[in-house]
Amino acid sequence: MGSTSSTLAKIPNAEDLMQETGFTPAHLVRLYDRFKVLDKDKKGFLTPQDFVAIKELAMNPICDRIIGAFFTSGGETLDFPSFVRILAHFRPIDKNRPKEPTSPDPINSRSNKLKFAFQLYDQDKDGKISRHELLQVLRAMLEKQVTEEQLESIADRTIQEADLDRDDAISFEEFRKSLEKVNIDHKMSIRFLR
Amino acid sequence: MLRVVGLWGEVSAEDHEDGGASHHGGGYKIVQWEWSYVQTPYIIAIWLLVASVAKILFHFSQRFTTVVPESCVLILLGLVLGAVVLIANKKQLYQLDPGLFFLFLLPTIVGDAGYFMPSRLFFDNLGAILMYAVVGTLWNAFCTGFCLYGVKLAGVIDDKVQAGLMEFLLFGALISAVDPVAVLAVFEEVHVNEMLFIIVFGESLLNDAVTVVLYKVYISFVEVGPGNVQTADYFKGVASFLVVSIGGTMVGLIFAVILAFITRFTKKVRIIEPLFIFLLVYLAYLTAELFSLSAILSMTFCGIGCNKYVEANISQKSRTTVKYTMKTLASIAETIIFIFLGISAVDKSKWAWDTGLIACTLIFIFVFRAMGVVGQTWILNKFRLVPLEKIDQVVMSYGGLRGAVAFALVVLLDGEQVKAKDYFVATTIVVVFFTVMFQGLTIKPLVKWLKVPRSTNRKPTINEEIHERAFDHILAAIEDIAGLNGYHHWRDKWEQFDKNYLSKLLLRKSVYHKSELWEAYQKINIRDAISVIDQGGNILTSARLSLPSMASRTSFPEVTNVTNYLRENGSGVCLDLQVIDTNPGAKVEEETETHHVLAGNLYKPRRRYQSHYSRHFMTVGDQERQEREVFQRNMRNRLESFKSTHYKRHKKDRSQKKARAQLHLSQLLLLLTSRVKPTNTQLRLGMTQAELVLKREGCSEENKGERSEPDKDEDVGITFVARKGSETPKERPKSVPAALEVCQSPSVAPPSPTCGEKNLPWKGGIGTLPPCVSVEATKIIPIDLQQAWNQSISSLESLASPPVPQEPQHPRVSFQFPGGKEEEEESALSQQQQEMQPLMPSLRPPPPPPSGWCVGKLKLCSLMGL
Repeated sequence: MGSTSSTLAKIPNAEDLMQETGFTPAHLVRLYDRFKVLDKDKKGFLTPQDFVAIKELAMNPICDRIIGAFFTSGGETLDFPSFVRILAHFRPIDKNRPKEPTSPDPINSRSNKLKFAFQLYDQDKDGKISRHELLQVLRAMLEKQVTEEQLESIADRTIQEADLDRDDAISFEEFRKSLEKVNIDHKMSIRFLR
Repeated sequence: MLRVVGLWGEVSAEDHEDGGASHHGGGYKIVQWEWSYVQTPYIIAIWLLVASVAKILFHFSQRFTTVVPESCVLILLGLVLGAVVLIANKKQLYQLDPGLFFLFLLPTIVGDAGYFMPSRLFFDNLGAILMYAVVGTLWNAFCTGFCLYGVKLAGVIDDKVQAGLMEFLLFGALISAVDPVAVLAVFEEVHVNEMLFIIVFGESLLNDAVTVVLYKVYISFVEVGPGNVQTADYFKGVASFLVVSIGGTMVGLIFAVILAFITRFTKKVRIIEPLFIFLLVYLAYLTAELFSLSAILSMTFCGIGCNKYVEANISQKSRTTVKYTMKTLASIAETIIFIFLGISAVDKSKWAWDTGLIACTLIFIFVFRAMGVVGQTWILNKFRLVPLEKIDQVVMSYGGLRGAVAFALVVLLDGEQVKAKDYFVATTIVVVFFTVMFQGLTIKPLVKWLKVPRSTNRKPTINEEIHERAFDHILAAIEDIAGLNGYHHWRDKWEQFDKNYLSKLLLRKSVYHKSELWEAYQKINIRDAISVIDQGGNILTSARLSLPSMASRTSFPEVTNVTNYLRENGSGVCLDLQVIDTNPGAKVEEETETHHVLAGNLYKPRRRYQSHYSRHFMTVGDQERQEREVFQRNMRNRLESFKSTHYKRHKKDRSQKKARAQLHLSQLLLLLTSRVKPTNTQLRLGMTQAELVLKREGCSEENKGERSEPDKDEDVGITFVARKGSETPKERPKSVPAALEVCQSPSVAPPSPTCGEKNLPWKGGIGTLPPCVSVEATKIIPIDLQQAWNQSISSLESLASPPVPQEPQHPRVSFQFPGGKEEEEESALSQQQQEMQPLMPSLRPPPPPPSGWCVGKLKLCSLMGL
């Protein structure tokens, strides 16, 4: 891994990616190395199988959801720019960066972070977390430690609480409202090593 | 305030005169002997009392408490008390004894802090905490020590202060540590955000190892003399630090495991669960002390480590007990520490003043604290996800309070070895007073002025609970995918380990199987319970259905008891509702309204007269009183509702009203009489049944009122007396139809004869009836209605075959009531049936008894206070 360390020059469109994601060159190089490690067959892209092969990830109760989130744009392949773009969701929001009103929301903005979490729940992509979808995630996270009945009551309760328009589902707007008081920047960011 | 202080002064003065007498050995032998017998516990008790009363009086003035931190007032009080003692005794009897402090007072505070440490927050910020605790304290200690020595060489400090480099380093070590007691006392009132608090507080706890080691190392250096210190000794010092800190932590964790393991098996002996917790946490402290490891570290980590498992294992009641006992002890220990700090200051024999030393120390500790914080934060911010802002740094520098630990350590110094001990003591006292009083007093305005983000006292909603859990998983996964072994990666690893091994070992089987999200799930349960109550109440005004966790409500009531009750008496709806946190503004009007509803409709709380005999069941004795009250209430309610509905509906139709009311009332009586069975026992049963029926109605009515405002009374059991277990609050249709069903159902169990006899109101003796009831009732019921009532009674009486001559107040009136007549009456009443829905089923009782009806009708009247 360390021996095959790459330089920025090898990464295609590095400048654009940095501009778009806000990663530093060091970050990008590091992630590129990681990308190559994950890409065992040197295909130049990643497949869901590559993710499944990550040992630690297998322990994660909602790993299939998270892997799925990397392949949202359809297809079974993930190239490096998409890989970086998705990881960029988890950069902490940088406060010092001058805000240009014209530029679109950075990838790591609060609402984009939330959107990422939201789509983990919303499997059918109808913009709503239905009771069924919520139950699935809950079941995964709680494993077999609670009964189905309890799960359902939790799910009902959750929807009831967040559901403002009474359609028995949580829309993104409702999702955001329910997490209004949570410091998303703290809770949905990781520190990327240089 | 002055008056108050004077009062205590007297108390303590008397106290000491007594003590003095015993020492001087007067001629009054019996008294003398008794005093020496009770002396120690007596003095302790008196001190505890003084401290507690001080707290009460201090909290009388709301405005005062918001400005002045409690610790300041307590120190001032201590000063005054000390002065009184000094004047009365010519000699200071009391001071903060290091032994007492380290063995008893400090552990209570640290134990409380450790056990209730928000562990997630603590470990999220562990890096910063450790940095400040270790590096920061070392930096403070060395800089203060060296600079004081430098200043001494420069001649600012008087020559009388006989101290060399080692002494100053020793002094620097003990004065530099931020004090957990002071930090807790001051920061608790400031309410800065959790992160800031945990960093300062965590630092104050974890720096103990550094302080202990530095203190011991320097003392040994002072003993052997600075010239004889060898290089190896410095390395020994470093090794000692590692042993003391890591060893202390390990001892704590070992005890945590033992404690958690023990609580696995306490199911049959719930009563001593809290004791185990106190004992083992305290033992963790003592054991660390035994091996001269860091006791504070040990206790802190024991608390943090065991909390999760212990809380899951022990019962809800034990949890509450542990919480309250710990808080009580910690609070009283804190009070005593501050009072004694004040008292200790008034002791001329102990200390010697040197302005240069004091001024320099104050400046140095403040400057170096600020420098240390800024420097370390600069380094930390390179690694922290959430950088510490400038404001945070200011508060952290300013919040570096010194306290009783420093004082106790300085008092412990050996005056023979450390010649300048008296100067050091004086300086320490001044430093402690300055930091606690001046900084403690000004930190609040400072925080306000800097607009430091405050803590929000808000419990997470279930959405937050679930989604944050999902976030944790997401972050761990992302770290795995990105190939970073970061914080989330390790936390995830730890959780796996915990789930697979630790929890299996330390949690009860029953708990373990639900353990993963058990805590969260429990909270969810509680909320569900509240929401059920809330919804039930608000269906009446269903336009604004509000859930407790919605944004409109600022906070949750502390509802631990709700689940407890729901779990324990699953059938009966018995809620012990605690306070909702102050919910200012907005709903005040609505609240007062509901308050009136509640005050009007709630039954008096169940009292447990014989609670000291058994904690487990309620005595039957007062049941009678309660049932009577229930009955009275219901009758009164009924009358009132008649009054109001008919007043409203037929306001213009006053002439009709009277007649109707009359009819209703007689109908009401019929309801009661119809339930009554011929024979004597049956009569009683019937009576009880009727009461029960009414009680049921009362119940559902009460539920209506209750649900809308479930959480007003603290510690007052609001008892819903429901006899039949099958209903759950959700299923029960609100309002009177519920009662209708119940009336019809034959399963309303009649009590056994003996029990029934007991329950009979007239057996219980009318004398117990509070005389106020009748007055109250007559006030409530308008005169014309009363007349109607009386008329209806007399009409019924006229129907009875042997007219009863007794005066209406007499409780034991009974009269014959022919069944046929009753039916006649019923048909006459049929017009009113629509409005009388709830009562109707009772009008068609099981086969109308032929004759010989004994009716305690007048009894009923008197019961109702008419």
